[in-house]
Amino acid sequence: MNSATVVRIALGAYLLIFFSYLLGPLAVMSLTAFNSAAFPSVSPWACFSFEWFRVLYDDKHIRDGIYYSIIIGIGTVILSVSMGLAASILLTQIWPRLRSTYYTLIIAPILIPGVVLGISTLVFWDRVGNFLGASDGSFLHGVFHNGIFLTILGQSAFIASYAMLVFVARLQRFDPGLTEAALDLGASHTQAFRKILLPFMRPAIASAAVLAFLASFENYNTTTFTIIDYKTLTTVLAQKVRLGINPSISSLAFIIIVLTIFAALAFEAVQRNRQRKEGIQQGKQKPDTKSVVPPFLRGNSAAIILVLLAFVVIAMISVAQSYSAEECKVRVRDARQIEIQKRIDELNKARAVKEQAKPKPSEAPAGKTPSAPATNGAFGNVFDPNNLTNETPKPEAPGGSGAFGNVFDPNNLNNDN
Amino acid sequence: MSSGVAVDLEDIWVRFGDFVAVKEANVAINGGDFFSFLGPSGCGKTTILRTVSGFLDPSQGTVRIGGKDMAGIGPNKRPTALIFQNLALFPLMKIWENISFSMEVAGASARERRKRADELLDMIALNGQGDKMPAELSGGQKQRVAIARALCANPDVLLLDEPLSALDLKLRQHMRTELREIQQRVGITFIYITHDQGEALTMSDNVAVMKDGVIDQIDTGHNVYDHPSTPFVASFVGETNMFRGKVKKINGSEALISTNRSGDLLSRITPTQVGKMSVGDDAMMFIRPEALQLGANKKDEKSTISANAVNEEFEGNSFSVFLEGDGGKSIKMSVPNVGQDNISVRGQNLSLHYDSNNAITMPAGELASE
Amino acid sequence: MKKKMIFSDFFRNNGLGMGSLLIGLVGFWLIFLIILPQLSMLDYSFRFNLPPAEQGGPKDVYTLSNYQHLLYGSDTSHQTYNSVDLKVFLRTILAAMLVTLFNIILCYPLAYFLGQSKGSRTVRLLVVLLIIPYWINEILRAFALRIIFGDSGLLNEALMFLHLTSEPIDFIRQDIALYAGLGYAYILLMLFPMYNVIESLDRNQIEAARDMGASWLRIHRRIVIPHAKPGIVSGATMVFMLTAGALAAPQILGGPSSLWFTQLVYQWFNDSLNWQQGAAYAIVLLISTIIIVLTVMRIFKVNMGDIGK
Repeated sequence: MNSATVVRIALGAYLLIFFSYLLGPLAVMSLTAFNSAAFPSVSPWACFSFEWFRVLYDDKHIRDGIYYSIIIGIGTVILSVSMGLAASILLTQIWPRLRSTYYTLIIAPILIPGVVLGISTLVFWDRVGNFLGASDGSFLHGVFHNGIFLTILGQSAFIASYAMLVFVARLQRFDPGLTEAALDLGASHTQAFRKILLPFMRPAIASAAVLAFLASFENYNTTTFTIIDYKTLTTVLAQKVRLGINPSISSLAFIIIVLTIFAALAFEAVQRNRQRKEGIQQGKQKPDTKSVVPPFLRGNSAAIILVLLAFVVIAMISVAQSYSAEECKVRVRDARQIEIQKRIDELNKARAVKEQAKPKPSEAPAGKTPSAPATNGAFGNVFDPNNLTNETPKPEAPGGSGAFGNVFDPNNLNNDN
Repeated sequence: MSSGVAVDLEDIWVRFGDFVAVKEANVAINGGDFFSFLGPSGCGKTTILRTVSGFLDPSQGTVRIGGKDMAGIGPNKRPTALIFQNLALFPLMKIWENISFSMEVAGASARERRKRADELLDMIALNGQGDKMPAELSGGQKQRVAIARALCANPDVLLLDEPLSALDLKLRQHMRTELREIQQRVGITFIYITHDQGEALTMSDNVAVMKDGVIDQIDTGHNVYDHPSTPFVASFVGETNMFRGKVKKINGSEALISTNRSGDLLSRITPTQVGKMSVGDDAMMFIRPEALQLGANKKDEKSTISANAVNEEFEGNSFSVFLEGDGGKSIKMSVPNVGQDNISVRGQNLSLHYDSNNAITMPAGELASE
Repeated sequence: MKKKMIFSDFFRNNGLGMGSLLIGLVGFWLIFLIILPQLSMLDYSFRFNLPPAEQGGPKDVYTLSNYQHLLYGSDTSHQTYNSVDLKVFLRTILAAMLVTLFNIILCYPLAYFLGQSKGSRTVRLLVVLLIIPYWINEILRAFALRIIFGDSGLLNEALMFLHLTSEPIDFIRQDIALYAGLGYAYILLMLFPMYNVIESLDRNQIEAARDMGASWLRIHRRIVIPHAKPGIVSGATMVFMLTAGALAAPQILGGPSSLWFTQLVYQWFNDSLNWQQGAAYAIVLLISTIIIVLTVMRIFKVNMGDIGK
């Protein structure tokens, strides 16, 4: 084995480990979305089920969270893109000696812990409210303590920095002579900005907007302080995860993963398509007029996968409508009951044998009712016959319990140590 | 089209901190003239252009266009149009949109703009190409679009910042003629800056030769060539032989200088220095290669130079003969090609003579660097 | 010829309207969203936690008591020092450093591999595979790890299945889950700066070194790493600051005995409603992380200008 092969094997192993660390947890989480067990797990696997998606759909908190996340996202995009654009333009014009100080100031928000940004925003606007004499209940007081207002401000403080970085990169390639030419031809400054600079920046504005929206949508550290009485998807999730876990969260994760993969594939497919079109235009490739495959799919593996994936998802959704996990669950429950009955018989036999050997008072039973002994150990109270009554899966969604999830669901005593 | 509008620079100074970019510039440009600023890079000609166009305020002095003081008036309000060195065509707009941009900012309708753009496209011989993007055009075509765009703004003064420097030789020569034709057809005042003296001389009505922020001479191209007023102008414009010496005798507009290595030489004093030079002054005498002729001038020894031929180059329409005079002084002579095989033989000692009217003397000063 | 930017020049170049808009936006951002809030927080940290009635009254004076609380604890505690909070603080900082180091080591090979490959399909695919996890919310990612590390989670089940352990290991209580989660959370932010910098390294330099017989270790030590230094420090800075300031991962993956300093701040704000104390703690966190980062940057001679993707 020469050194090149060793290196290659090592590289392969490293990549394998790296990507399993990165993607493994996500794959596992996606699987748990389909397990009907009450706590997300892959083993033991109870039944394949879509029920947790229904639970997710019915969850009002999550729906509210998504709604407010979108609103805050839009607000943040508008504010941070404008501030970032202004800052980047100013950067190109500022006194060279001041430039690095200015740059440091603008980059600093990225480094400040999100927690600090959230707190400082909260504290400051509360102060402003007091200073302006806003009493509790007045309009001003409402504004300065409004979760959406504060969150947009807190998030924009650092998201504008990200936007600015995107813009600076694009501005480097702008020829300032173009603005001068526009002015020379009689344009006012606003006209020059609108007709010359803005069109040039358009692709950067688009990517900055997307970046800003995503950063806002998934922000937690800052939002959790500034959101006060409102909620975003992230704060709802955080509450749920800390107070009561059920696989509806996994199903949300699964949906997001699928959407992300879709978006990545779509992006890649569009890229490839554009390359193909450019290639034809530049005469490097000839248009393939004979193939029956529609043009945007040709040679575009990303698009093909995308279309296939779309079909799979549609198929899954239609199956989900009709498929019911009830049968499976009933079977599982029956199987368990048989198991339990067997165990009870065994125990009774064992006890009978013991009693015959040494007469002893029967042990004081622990457990839920006096009729059966409780066994401890790794399986907890699973074989407690009382579970036959407690374990009936409740068909109604625990959506109403909201943030507390299934904490008080007795099933959790069994599965969640 | 506007008729010629005069541009006046009155006592213009431009300072950047301690650095003086333009010093005491006084220029009166006639309406309808093709006026050039000629000089090496860094001489201040671009700075002057920017003060005229409005992108720069002079530290001192007044800029007048058509008699009106332009102080405080921004570039978008001045009756000037600038053609940039890198052309600055708007890359994301079509050609016709580029050309009619000045109308767009004034609020003209798309139809009016398209019509005018088409007219100008005809004028620059690019009919029907209005829907192309700038990236699809060649250098020369882009050049013409830039001119059309500037003309569409109906400026009183057109400013051109070394517009031909990015083009190849043949195209440059072609564009020179074209620009001159356009200017004469349209009648607008053109202010043109360049470091190429060939351009300045062929195209301009008047030339200002600049060095280090100072305008050395303003005159017609012919006069700048034949009657340079400073050593810089004499050596920057065209080729020349320079002889250094002290003034020995002055006779009206004639001067005799005694050089170290080439003896006494007779010449005329440059017009601006007539009456200002005295015996004993340090002086430089300039004589162009084409003014030197073979053979000794029996009439007047003071217009004779003796030198040994060192090298000879065939230029096509002429021969360049490189000689070495007494004491190692290098001299270049240019002889028209009228069918000779050659002019000299290496090492051959030659006597050259010249008409003293073709040699010009002025106080010693800084020369143009190589 | 450089132009000095004085105000008159600025407004002339941008017009009065646009110029004011630009300055206005940037001013609003810097002053109202960053500088003043931080100053407010600083101010708060020096004040008492007074009920609304007493605010502005005679008791509303400046005090160091919030900071003293971090060091010395409250009057009712028995120890001379507030060992609980101080321990949490030190643990947070140290753990953040370790996580940063772990990330550097983990990501360096991949950054090198990606940076030096020629932009082939594999590289693009790998980059996509890298980015996808990060479009998933950090809460969900922490949650995914929670599932795996739980008592009946995949890891425990696998270990027991392989008979390596007979009882479930409480990963959460042992903080392993937390560290795995933190190491996981910011990989991308470490990877991309390193990748960008390494990509800009001329491959010929490495070829030349190899040609002269240098070993791989030497090549990396003397050529690649010095060149990649700004990227490494930039990534390390971001990972350190984000890890020290992390809130989601500790809340979700942290056991009851392991607190993260940010959780202390959270508690002061949300549970005790003592904003002033929380502000003081937040300031301590901010200043210490900044000092650490600046020191590291000074040691490795990297400027602020290098930070930025």
